[in-house]
Amino acid sequence: MRIRGNGKVLVIVPAFNEAANLRAVAEDLRCFTGDVLVVNDGSTDGTAELAEKLGLMCVSHPFNLGIGGTIQTGLKYAFENGYELAVQFDGDGQHRADQLDLIIGPYRNGAADLVIGSRTLPGGYKMGRARWLGSRFFFWLIKLLSGQAIHDPTSGFRCYGRKAILLFSQYYPDDYPEVECIITAARYGLTIVEIPVLMRPRLTGHSSINRRRSAYYMLKVSLALIVDSMRSTPALEDA
Amino acid sequence: MDLTKIVSLSISLTIFVFVVWLIKERRLREKYALLWLFTSLFIILLTISRRILEITALSVGISYPPSLLFLIGVLFLLMVAIGQSVSLSRLTQSNHKLAQEVALLRKTVTSDLNCQKQKDNC
Repeated sequence: MRIRGNGKVLVIVPAFNEAANLRAVAEDLRCFTGDVLVVNDGSTDGTAELAEKLGLMCVSHPFNLGIGGTIQTGLKYAFENGYELAVQFDGDGQHRADQLDLIIGPYRNGAADLVIGSRTLPGGYKMGRARWLGSRFFFWLIKLLSGQAIHDPTSGFRCYGRKAILLFSQYYPDDYPEVECIITAARYGLTIVEIPVLMRPRLTGHSSINRRRSAYYMLKVSLALIVDSMRSTPALEDA
Repeated sequence: MDLTKIVSLSISLTIFVFVVWLIKERRLREKYALLWLFTSLFIILLTISRRILEITALSVGISYPPSLLFLIGVLFLLMVAIGQSVSLSRLTQSNHKLAQEVALLRKTVTSDLNCQKQKDNC
């Protein structure tokens, strides 16, 4: 696999109706020197216009594709424009710009292709009990299927190196992608590193996973994990 | 010709005519057109001659012929439904990819246009 890159970093901000939070996110990212790309997933609240006004780059889906497609669009953009690194940075204000250097670190040291910002490792924050149980379950399932030990597999604060950008711009799960793409990455032999990061509680809005949906979430993701670990690994097209 | 035969024959002929009409109006792709054309012909055949069903059923050891009909019907519809799910998944995937392409291309086009505008201003 040929890996090239210009050393540039792209911060990908997935946004679906995040106009209420976007200003704070843009403010937070002001100190960051790389490029910021807002991927507007068919918002109806003027997210795209606000992003342009705040001086952020923005691509807009013609309609809502879900979080998986949104992250993938960002990664496709990163790939096509030769970025060496991409960081997923949620548009709801949970992730902190002062943690960016931390999450980029392991890639820069050559130790990782995919870095996951974890809230559960020492130094992270406390999560609710239901979420903790879910995380433990996925921890063991991932460990069983791929041998990787990921303590916070649902964390969306991630850094993608060139190899991960290449892989995920071609194969990325549609819905609830966070856990499944760990298996995909492991299958392709990417080095995955988890580091503790600080996060904020959400500013407004609500998590995409509520109690009623969580049973469906667990079942769907478990099935996806098992199926994905059975897949073959066709060669990637390095365009 | 008894009443049941008249009714069932008219139903199966209606299905056949409907399928032909759909094909004529180009509302069915060739791939599906052929499937439904043969299906409706098969239904007509069964209504014309009950002997076909009876002989087939008895030869495979089914003593009540209509149950063979139900078995074939259910299995056939199941296969069709799975086939539709596969097509739908493929369509969703290509739709997805197209939406992403459109988003990325629109970004390229607008930034190219902005560049052009800036050059023109100079």
